[in-house]
Amino acid sequence: MTNNQAKLMQGNEACLEGAIAAGMRFFAGYPITPSTEIAEGASERLPMVGGKFIQMEDEIGSMAAVIGASLAGLKAMTATSGPGMSLKLENIGYASLTEIPCVIVNVQRGGPSTGLPTSPAQADIMQARWGAHGDHPSIVLYPASVSEAYSVTVTAFNLAEKYRMPVILLMDEVMGHMRERVVLPDAKDLQIVNREKASVPPEEYLPYKADPDGGVPEMPAFGEGYRYHVTGLIHSENGFPTTDAKKTATLLNRLMKKIDNNLDDIVKYQEDSLDDAKIVLIAYGSTARSAKSAMDMAREQGIPVGLFRPITIWPFAEDKVKEIAGKAEKIIVPEMNLGQYRSEIERAVAGKCEVIGINRADGEIITPEDIYEKIKGVL
Amino acid sequence: MTSNLVKNYFRMDKLPHIWCPGCGHGIITRAVMKAIDELKLDKDKVCIVSGIGCSSRASGYLDFNTLHTTHGRALAYATGLKHANPDLEIIVITGDGDCSAIGGNHLIHAARRNIGITAVAYNNNIYGMTGGQYSPTTPTGDKGTTAPYGNVDKVFDICTLAQAAGASYTARATVYHAQLLTKLIKNGILNKGFSIIDAVSVCPTYYGRKNKKGDAVKMMEWLKDHAVNVSAATKLPEEKLAGKFLIGELYHNPQPEYTEEYKKIIESLRRG
Amino acid sequence: MAVKLKGPVIKEEWCKGCGICVAFCPKNVLKMEENKVKAVDRDACNNCGLCELRCPDYAIYLEEGEEDDK
Repeated sequence: MTNNQAKLMQGNEACLEGAIAAGMRFFAGYPITPSTEIAEGASERLPMVGGKFIQMEDEIGSMAAVIGASLAGLKAMTATSGPGMSLKLENIGYASLTEIPCVIVNVQRGGPSTGLPTSPAQADIMQARWGAHGDHPSIVLYPASVSEAYSVTVTAFNLAEKYRMPVILLMDEVMGHMRERVVLPDAKDLQIVNREKASVPPEEYLPYKADPDGGVPEMPAFGEGYRYHVTGLIHSENGFPTTDAKKTATLLNRLMKKIDNNLDDIVKYQEDSLDDAKIVLIAYGSTARSAKSAMDMAREQGIPVGLFRPITIWPFAEDKVKEIAGKAEKIIVPEMNLGQYRSEIERAVAGKCEVIGINRADGEIITPEDIYEKIKGVL
Repeated sequence: MTSNLVKNYFRMDKLPHIWCPGCGHGIITRAVMKAIDELKLDKDKVCIVSGIGCSSRASGYLDFNTLHTTHGRALAYATGLKHANPDLEIIVITGDGDCSAIGGNHLIHAARRNIGITAVAYNNNIYGMTGGQYSPTTPTGDKGTTAPYGNVDKVFDICTLAQAAGASYTARATVYHAQLLTKLIKNGILNKGFSIIDAVSVCPTYYGRKNKKGDAVKMMEWLKDHAVNVSAATKLPEEKLAGKFLIGELYHNPQPEYTEEYKKIIESLRRG
Repeated sequence: MAVKLKGPVIKEEWCKGCGICVAFCPKNVLKMEENKVKAVDRDACNNCGLCELRCPDYAIYLEEGEEDDK
């Protein structure tokens, strides 16, 4: 299939194509609006490339099957929305602790509970970071265009494989269903990362042996002759359960440091017109598109507005936000929730400048005009 | 110093196991190993997938690819493994609570798909790991720490449930009938689709004590006296079967296996 | 060739004292002493293997001969 031609695609389709280009060969899912097109597409596309699709009996089982498939050596993904995400969390925590690479797409809709199934929201920001119980690392990405739905999905797989962990890709109903003209890159031009296989013979292999300072252990697939143990209990380097406080601390510390030591590699963002900006908009996903338009409207009126768009939502671009707070007078955070990311920004800004939210959680998008009006209001 | 079976299939440095004195789970685990040994399965291709509970600690002791998952989800993890690589020989070790309560949905759907997995349900009629709460297989009227006045719930028959859902092989044996148990597990593995073996265990520590069933020996004797082989049962009058339960191969009806059917789709697309 | 020797081998440190092997030994070869199984009448053993089959702790087995078959 030649990719280097213009296509009209929706975000969900681009996400699926990005996943396949990244090497995804297993998808387990359960129908849920507004992510269903990803599962439908996977059921059609995967067997064409020798991959496997399965519609599981529920969201919990989908997450479990994805982890099982990844252990068997396939790059695996699932896609869902809020209610399904809530159900997947226990097994996402399992993938974090057992360091099994996988990608989870959450096309956000209005919540809580069944909420507004066909309306957009960005209200699972904190769930994506902290939803699974216990301290755990997380990587959460959020594209803002159809073309990025493709490229950021490739990045999601690369980070999952490189750091051996679940990576959450957030979209929202607008992102998932919006159609745009895209020119997809040629598959051979993509940089694809694969997990490290074992470099030692089976008798020397320890499944969780890695540099305690954020190292990533090697991962042969089940069936390749290594016969190791994987458990959701806290485990030693050899993979077997332990309750030893020192070993527990060493493991959890290493898991967190996989992220903390590699922020430069993981934290991706886009800066637009920040140099002279007195007012900086911090926005992500589909809301960043409204923010960009609002910025352009303000600039036309001579108001110095800039846009900072995190693509990596977690880990949080703390240093960058602090830098912005040192230069700007005001930060405006439009988001389709009641202030989830703003609270994190306020923590980083620590009073250095004013942080103002534009929030709605009623199923309606935040328009460029909404943001422009706020910009004028705070001048 | 131990038997060749234990030496060849167990992770020796992990023994002795954590199960209580008289717990039947060690007997079932040996039967699973004996079945694997007699079938001469390639250890590198065997995956033991377990859930959470007393039963599911078995995976850690066994020298294969072993996956100790979340509560109730072993069959869903196993489905992912098998679908991703159908060459793997997947054996799920689960418990009565794990597979028929919290994991009941995965049990019926693994059965419905007839995916090539052999599940061995270590059925001790109780939640042992958490200290003796009643489970879906605790007999009605019996006690658990959450059924101090007797269990009002009715009982799940794991084999009947799995058969109704589409499993192509169901069987039951007890820890008293360990030789039969080995044979049934073997036949379950040989069956291409979804197989489940209800392995009736004994829990003298919680279920036995709470219900005044006596020690492990007494509980094993009860199993001996109350189990009727399915072949003998057909010749017995109804009144002789009252209060008894069936053991043996209860159902075997080979059906197309899930991953083989899916492979046909991939091949048809390749040809097309 | 594995040749079965007379009588069971007991791995005392793994025995948890449940008494299952003693109760179901058809020849009364075994006995519990201080919560551990002991073979008190080896000559009576007919190598039926029921003790090994039902020992939940892998603490008793019939030896299968020399290990030179490796």
